[in-house]
Amino acid sequence: MQQRKIAMVKQELKDLHELKQLYQPVADEMLVNMGPQHPSTHGVLNFLLVTDGEVMHKAVAHVGYLHRGIEKIGEAVEYNGFVPFTDRVDYLAAMSANQGFAMAVEKLASIQVPERAEYLRVIATELNRIASHLVANGAMAMDIGAFTPFVHWLKEREFVNDLMEELCGARLTYNYIRIGGVAFDCGKELAEKIVKWIDHFEPMVDEFDRLITNNEIFVQRLANVSPISAEEAMSYNLVGPNLRASGVDWDIRRDVPYSVYSKFDFKIPVGKGFRGTVGDCYDRFVLRILEIRESCKILRQALATMPEGEIMAKVPKTIKPPKGEAIARVESARGELFYYVVSDGSSKPLRVKIRAGSFTAMSIIEHLSKGVMIADLVAIIGSLDVVAPEVDR
Amino acid sequence: MDGFLLTTTEEFLNWNRKSSIWYLLFASACCGIELMQTGGPRTDLDRFGAVPRATPRQADLMIVAGTITYKMAERVRLLYEQMAEPRYVISMGSCANCGGLFQSSYSVLKGVDKVIPVDLYIPGCPPRPEALADAVVKLQAKMMKEKYLRTVRA
Repeated sequence: MQQRKIAMVKQELKDLHELKQLYQPVADEMLVNMGPQHPSTHGVLNFLLVTDGEVMHKAVAHVGYLHRGIEKIGEAVEYNGFVPFTDRVDYLAAMSANQGFAMAVEKLASIQVPERAEYLRVIATELNRIASHLVANGAMAMDIGAFTPFVHWLKEREFVNDLMEELCGARLTYNYIRIGGVAFDCGKELAEKIVKWIDHFEPMVDEFDRLITNNEIFVQRLANVSPISAEEAMSYNLVGPNLRASGVDWDIRRDVPYSVYSKFDFKIPVGKGFRGTVGDCYDRFVLRILEIRESCKILRQALATMPEGEIMAKVPKTIKPPKGEAIARVESARGELFYYVVSDGSSKPLRVKIRAGSFTAMSIIEHLSKGVMIADLVAIIGSLDVVAPEVDR
Repeated sequence: MDGFLLTTTEEFLNWNRKSSIWYLLFASACCGIELMQTGGPRTDLDRFGAVPRATPRQADLMIVAGTITYKMAERVRLLYEQMAEPRYVISMGSCANCGGLFQSSYSVLKGVDKVIPVDLYIPGCPPRPEALADAVVKLQAKMMKEKYLRTVRA
């Protein structure tokens, strides 16, 4: 075992060495390593930069620093036991990750989820989406030098965390959406608290807009920086806010409706080139703020129309779905999250495949990085909202 | 005369050190988000004089927040070696303590103490910000007991 591990590490080093060999610097070019420990890489991402002074010729993403083998673990644990692992796939939007896996298994085992549970799922995921976008935008603002908005957003995120904690007992890794329903019910008191928080939060978003979104320095810094056209976004398979910022009107919640999203009235914001080109860094920033507002709308509707009833379907303790395969797609905070689960009739899945939005977002960075400044790379990574474990899993 | 204080040199040095623990801005996984929240307005690590630094060369404390894979282990060791002495390490969360949830995984290091010495372990997956703040307070208490002047350092 120890020998194998050493061999693995050696192989990794060889890979990196080969990567360096591939990009032999010419003339004034310089090879710079950015990451895996870098304050603006949002976790452990590594970029190999080929630069000429401050201008980049190429940035090659080197992934795998957080590969935890989650998909392989999925083959060794039971269906219910895998739900906590899905939390760690995407820790900023753990609810969506839970929901995707639960939906796939429910399809496999043909479990009907009670309606109240579906409403609670929507409430939990939308709250989580707000929390995730707060971190994404706050961290992006911090990376390019505006520290104050980050602290403001963290303050708001603490309130979301409090609500989440009251709902499911955890602040970050929830394990709330289970196969067949949800783990805990939401009382009247908590529902009122959430509405009260939204009443407080919506004016705060306006304040954020005054503080940072319409701040001329901030706009000048981000507008027209590395725009992604709609064709590029689609050919690189971008999903979620990154795709929509490029002007492609596509959202799983509306276009492939799941759960009870078809019952709510909400808009899908699309990038229009708010202060510059369509699909630039500023568009991606503004789009997340618009999505936060839409999430607030969905939350209000869901809390007002939530029916009474069961929160969990009748599910056996050990789920043994019949032979077959199922897919599930959910709109996570970072876009389409895709689960593919194969069952061989036993209590453990034969294969779990997770396809997440951050991975494709990483792949476009090499294309975007040609001829931009190193400082702009930080803005690009921030605006694409890459989360490391979702890349490596 | 405005008054005077009596103390030992050692205590004075330790008091200085404990009042400005600069920690390395390094997050490897989920715990990093809770680390951020700890630095945020509610728990506010700044109260203890602990501010994040982007480079290990300026840091006194390394908070290992999250899962360390075999691929990352070498880099963690490198970061630790780049820090100037006296240096401290807090292992935050189950993954850094012992591999935690991912103990059965083929690519995860079973505890960061296999590659670097650890001063404090915080349990939890992830630990709450209060737990991390408590760990910093405990580390301060540990720092006050250090005897640098009497230790012959190689």
